Amino acid sequence: MSAPPLERPADDTALQAHFDATVAAEHRIEPRDWMPEGYRKTLIRQIAQHAHSEIIGMQPEGDWLLAAPSLRRKAILLAKVQDEAGHGLYLYSAAETLGADRADLTDKLIEGRQKYSSIFNYPTLTYADVGVIGWLVDGAAICNQVPLCRSSYGPYARAMIRVCKEESFHQRQGYELLMTMMRGTDAQRAMVQDAVDRWWWPSLMMFGPPDTDSPNSAQSMAWGIKRHSNDELRQRFVDMTVPQAEFLGVTLPDPELSLDPETGRYRFGAIDWDELKRVISGGGPCNVERITRRRAARDDNAWVTEAATAYAAKRTGERASPQAGGTSRLRGTATEERNESGVEPSSPEKHS
Amino acid sequence: MSMTSEGGHGAVPTGPEVPVEVAPEKLPAATRRDWPLYEVFVRGKRGLNHVHVGSLHAPDDEMAVHAARDLYTRRNEGVSIWVVQAADITASSPDEKDPMFAPSGDKVYRHPTFYEIPENVPHI
Repeated sequence: MSAPPLERPADDTALQAHFDATVAAEHRIEPRDWMPEGYRKTLIRQIAQHAHSEIIGMQPEGDWLLAAPSLRRKAILLAKVQDEAGHGLYLYSAAETLGADRADLTDKLIEGRQKYSSIFNYPTLTYADVGVIGWLVDGAAICNQVPLCRSSYGPYARAMIRVCKEESFHQRQGYELLMTMMRGTDAQRAMVQDAVDRWWWPSLMMFGPPDTDSPNSAQSMAWGIKRHSNDELRQRFVDMTVPQAEFLGVTLPDPELSLDPETGRYRFGAIDWDELKRVISGGGPCNVERITRRRAARDDNAWVTEAATAYAAKRTGERASPQAGGTSRLRGTATEERNESGVEPSSPEKHS
Repeated sequence: MSMTSEGGHGAVPTGPEVPVEVAPEKLPAATRRDWPLYEVFVRGKRGLNHVHVGSLHAPDDEMAVHAARDLYTRRNEGVSIWVVQAADITASSPDEKDPMFAPSGDKVYRHPTFYEIPENVPHI
């Protein structure tokens, strides 16, 4: 291939200008483009936090897998929890394009050096919580994530497109679950209302601190990493959700919630920001439990990784021998089987 | 020149001769990244090309195909999967100013719209 330009300019002014022009033109920044160090760091932090949230987010709902009330609900919940794992993996992939290492990010999560969404530090006390998480928590996530499909960083935007396609299923299954319960007994309706009471305010906190207390937002918006302010997205979520609550027949636990006839938007009461700070900094009901479980998943399952690695090494050795055959390959991938001494094995099974 | 993962978005060349944004000493130690990175391509349905959909880490080719099925085709997104180690992909520089693509820039006569044909000529 032709050699790319080898010399980097003495100063980054021209590179910065090219970067700024790309962002301003709404073109995407791709992994090998020059980018400001702050842009890279902000993206790694944001994407890692997002990935961690998906992975930790499997826990609150995963708790109900064995207690789902029917095979249908269990199959749905399994599919949803599996999706969350998938979303985490798409996002770790995007973070890796920025030079981050996946295992290193997991370690940072477990050591408390990187955060995940505060919402997953609340417990799922009843089965109605599964429905409310789908409706409110995934609904809030969709509000946050749809604009990120236009994020200036290509790999992140592409991951978000995939995530958003799947997230819609999450919200709808939750709402349908709640509609079903609301058609049931008084006890079931009370269960739904109780879950709404517990999850409403934490859901509003998912959008992060108010704009007046969000120091990084302006820069992130200038970079096209973020598209709307925290308060703007929160307002959008409230406006979308209130009619859904009315249809469902539940009361959102905010006496100040009212429609502003002039703007057509809903006014809502003050959010307890001290609670958000407390939960983010480790003082939520389930912080310790979530991280303990993630650490156990890493450490207790290490043998599976090791076994798969050992098995792969054994199979690679078998394939390298001329007698081996049978796997379906487009072409022999000799490079992966090149051994330490640099000697290529005889060309493996070409079958075309 | 060696190749580096782009985590689902196409492997790219790296090496001392290629300008990169992160100095090698700033990169985290890759010692625990034991499983190679694979890029995944899915054929959505018969008649379509395989299209790059993302990446994953796997211990070997076969596990990579299984993992790709679980990760990228949970909703009938494909009828066929290719996986290839990211390190085995050779790529051009993605920079739009890459001189590699300059030869096609000034050859407008390769496009049908270059030729003016009177409107009353049928079927052309």
